[in-house]
Amino acid sequence: MPKAEWPPAEKRTLIGKPIDRADGPAKATGTAKYSYDINRPNMLWAKVVTSPHPHAEVAGIDTSAAEKLEGVKGVWKDEAAKEVNYVGQIVAAVAATTEEIATEAVSLVKVNYNPLEHQVVDSDPELFKGDPNKRDQGNVDEAFGKADVTHSGNYGVPVITHCCLEPHGQVAEIRDGEMYVWPSTQNVSGYADRGLSEAAGIPQNKIHVDCQYMGGGFGSKFNPGKWGTISAALAKQTGRPVKLLLDRDLELMIAGNRPSGFSKIKVGATKDGKVTAFESEVWGTSGMSGNPPDLMPYVFDKIPNQRRIVKRIQTNRGPAQAWRAPRHPQNCYLTLAALADTAAALKMDELEFFTKNLDLTARPDVYKEELEIAARLVNYNQKKHVRGDKTPGPIKRGLGISVHTWGGLGHDSECDVTVSPDGSVEAKIGTQDLGTGTRTVIQQVVADTLGLPLDAVKVQIGKNEFPRSGGSGGSTTIGGVSTSSRLAATAALNAVCEAVAQKLGTTAENLEAAGGAIRQVDKPSNRISWKDACAALGVMPITKRGTQTRNEGKAKGFTNEGVGGVQIADVSVDIETGVVTLNEMVAVQDCGLIVNLKLTESQVYGALIMGITYALYEEAVYDPKTGRMLNADMEFYRLAGIKDIGLLKVHMMTGKGYDDRGVIGIGEPPVISPGAAIGNAVANAIGVRVPSLPLTPDRIITALQKEGSIV
Amino acid sequence: MKAFEYSAPKSLKDATALLSSSWGETEILAGGTDLVTSLKQGIAAPKRVVSLRNIRELRGVDNSRQGLRIGAMTTLEEIAQNKQIKEAYPAIVTAISSIGSPQIISVGTIGGDLCQRPRCWYFRNGFGLLGRQGETSLVRTGDNRYHAIFGTDGPALFVSPSSLGPPLIALGATITAVGPDGKKRDIPAGQFFQAPKSESERETALKSNEILTAITIPSAGGRSLANATYEVRHRHGLDWPYVTASVAFQRENGVARKPQLVLGHVAPVPWVSAKAAQALEGGKLDEATAKRCGDLAAEGAKPLSGNAYKIQLVKTAVKRAVLAAAA
Repeated sequence: MPKAEWPPAEKRTLIGKPIDRADGPAKATGTAKYSYDINRPNMLWAKVVTSPHPHAEVAGIDTSAAEKLEGVKGVWKDEAAKEVNYVGQIVAAVAATTEEIATEAVSLVKVNYNPLEHQVVDSDPELFKGDPNKRDQGNVDEAFGKADVTHSGNYGVPVITHCCLEPHGQVAEIRDGEMYVWPSTQNVSGYADRGLSEAAGIPQNKIHVDCQYMGGGFGSKFNPGKWGTISAALAKQTGRPVKLLLDRDLELMIAGNRPSGFSKIKVGATKDGKVTAFESEVWGTSGMSGNPPDLMPYVFDKIPNQRRIVKRIQTNRGPAQAWRAPRHPQNCYLTLAALADTAAALKMDELEFFTKNLDLTARPDVYKEELEIAARLVNYNQKKHVRGDKTPGPIKRGLGISVHTWGGLGHDSECDVTVSPDGSVEAKIGTQDLGTGTRTVIQQVVADTLGLPLDAVKVQIGKNEFPRSGGSGGSTTIGGVSTSSRLAATAALNAVCEAVAQKLGTTAENLEAAGGAIRQVDKPSNRISWKDACAALGVMPITKRGTQTRNEGKAKGFTNEGVGGVQIADVSVDIETGVVTLNEMVAVQDCGLIVNLKLTESQVYGALIMGITYALYEEAVYDPKTGRMLNADMEFYRLAGIKDIGLLKVHMMTGKGYDDRGVIGIGEPPVISPGAAIGNAVANAIGVRVPSLPLTPDRIITALQKEGSIV
Repeated sequence: MKAFEYSAPKSLKDATALLSSSWGETEILAGGTDLVTSLKQGIAAPKRVVSLRNIRELRGVDNSRQGLRIGAMTTLEEIAQNKQIKEAYPAIVTAISSIGSPQIISVGTIGGDLCQRPRCWYFRNGFGLLGRQGETSLVRTGDNRYHAIFGTDGPALFVSPSSLGPPLIALGATITAVGPDGKKRDIPAGQFFQAPKSESERETALKSNEILTAITIPSAGGRSLANATYEVRHRHGLDWPYVTASVAFQRENGVARKPQLVLGHVAPVPWVSAKAAQALEGGKLDEATAKRCGDLAAEGAKPLSGNAYKIQLVKTAVKRAVLAAAA
């Protein structure tokens, strides 16, 4: 009987191969329809009314004038709203026959606010009142007393946003007592939650979710959100389909912030470069809840003597949402920048320093191997120099290193594989493809398992009527869906083998699928074509379910957790303008058994681009007096363009010691290191630490002037 | 976006007749890269939009007795591709290519570049041209990293967004406008821009019912006119500049004569740096001179709370523009 366990390398026909994404042509030609593209007959457009105040009491909402405007069909207001806590907070909404009428109607809604005191500044630790969260390990003071070298520095990462190219929202339609929604979501199976159900007055079992394509979520699109519940409520109220997706400015203001993290860090080390003590005071904001990222020290978490102080800064800013590898990129930057500065204080090469301290991490052997590969790929030894490029002229070049870690265990997932008597195959999973290639990898696993070509398998995802699968967060999707689809396809294959075993004069245990046929393992010439084998099923198709759970998947080796990655950046900095040019970025990463090498590398390329972007450009700028986000646009909220990205080199760790770990997620880990690697490279180039990201010309010039390196 | 009346007349006379004598009632549409955004943001909410797209005489580059005449509706792409401009005016071509967006360069016009509204984020967030809340200047109390470092004694603290203003002033261009009476008015480019003193004023010398029709660059009279623009911007592709510098001078026996130096994105108007330009007069066109010119150009800057770093960028932009022109 064919086994479900992952096949050895020589038996893999499609698993592990660099296969093009299945929906590439649909996306490239525009036939792929995203939520914004969904238009229903008789559909209304909804627009939201938002607070212009960062903090205010809501004394009344008057929608009467909006209701009288011709074309307005529905009005929603937040009856419970007593207080608004950030600019852009939704207090009401209107639905109208056109987008233009809805926009005009929004301007007619009168909201009576009584402004209250507010606070949007997050970079000052003095703003924290009360007792900070403190944790001590070892004897920190004694360790600093004994340290040969002590380095102290301030570092920071501002609030950034997800800046999903496709905004948040959905189209909602209620028909015959059932609701149909087309949201942009990372969580198809779990999207129809109680909030959505209550907003529409439709029970959860009568809500149909359909999300075939996603234009970016990065952790911010698990739940329907207010935009989801409002569109459902308006669909109920008006009896017509309603489209509500955020405009760009609101998308940046309210649809998800990544918390800021600022810190004072002190590092103690021996003169030969062993880190012995690490003290950090971290503060920052996630909006009203305060929480800054607090994984300190990052990766090098076995430093024997540690002290961590965490201060929450509550601010009247839009709420935080999980941002690709929550907390990791900030803490990686804060920790690795302080460690690189310690290496510089020791006048020690950064690579040598990090390598020397790898025993303070959870995966020293993996990091060591990866650092060697990365150094080779970037020509580290040819390019390296001590901090501060001494080459004459304004262009200074430097290298910077970072290391990171992530979990990535596959989530719970169920898959149904149906084999029809004509041999056609269909796989159904209530998962979603965020652009990562989920649709493609399911097709690969099922086709490989059944010994069929890729296009013999039809994959259906993106609907909650399909077997349940977890939300795409925490890099858990690939481990989940690859396992459930492998289990389902194996079960279906076994049923086919049972059906033909007698005909082939052997038992199902002695059969395997290969090359479009079912054949005897020890006598491959004894075979029957897949099509003929399936005819033996009779008249009814068979459907087999594969059920993956986190614990069982890990215990049986289908999936696993815990990966390591290293990155090295090579930058040039014009010290007379402060402009950084990214020459090259090398990423070396492990993620267990790779199902699709090309799509995996694409994930790493995408993560590097996103990382280069937050390292060099992204920052949500708030005006202290008005509490407004000043750059809620894509003009001054900058993302890297193609000319900013430089040469990217990706190396995936494969083979023994990696493939045999099972499938592990890749979406998040490679986005963690770019801030630290690029920050360290800039410091190595110009000889001065630019304390906070993003590394903008103004920050670089200011840092150079402060250190007297430029006048 | 508020609903508005739209018209696209075929003659200048019809177009000016459609314009209001007070600001805000009507807006002129050229390439639309700024106005359309402003309409969507509610920064502009006119009753009528008058498009110039059907007025043929506003398009094209011609040689006239006064020099090179560029119609206001000529696209930036057409200008950057014009053979004569490519050969004689690198200061203009560099300023255009530095915009970094093929889309904007393709549809944006020279007239639109000169008349576009500031990108000040307080203005764009609805706090008016001066960025005020009541009597308080939000620009002064808030985040002014991209704002002015010269001319900051006045109430206007935004920076002139024009890419072509600085090189056109350095090249001694004249801007022609036509009013409702059909009369032409020639305005020296250096006097075209003005820093508004109140919310009711605008950023140029144009009246609300005047149309900018052409820009004329005087002929150099057979002399070699060295010129260049240098732009410092954050992204390598599309981005607004931090600082630009445009320089032009006649080259005689290896020295500069009649030098002009104009800075962009440092003041509410393109900032003419006459004293610094004088450092080039008759001097040797080497790195030391270029640096001295840059240092002089930075003199007198009065940065706001968060943009002193721009002083360094001025020094660099000027030095590099001078060296590029001299090369």
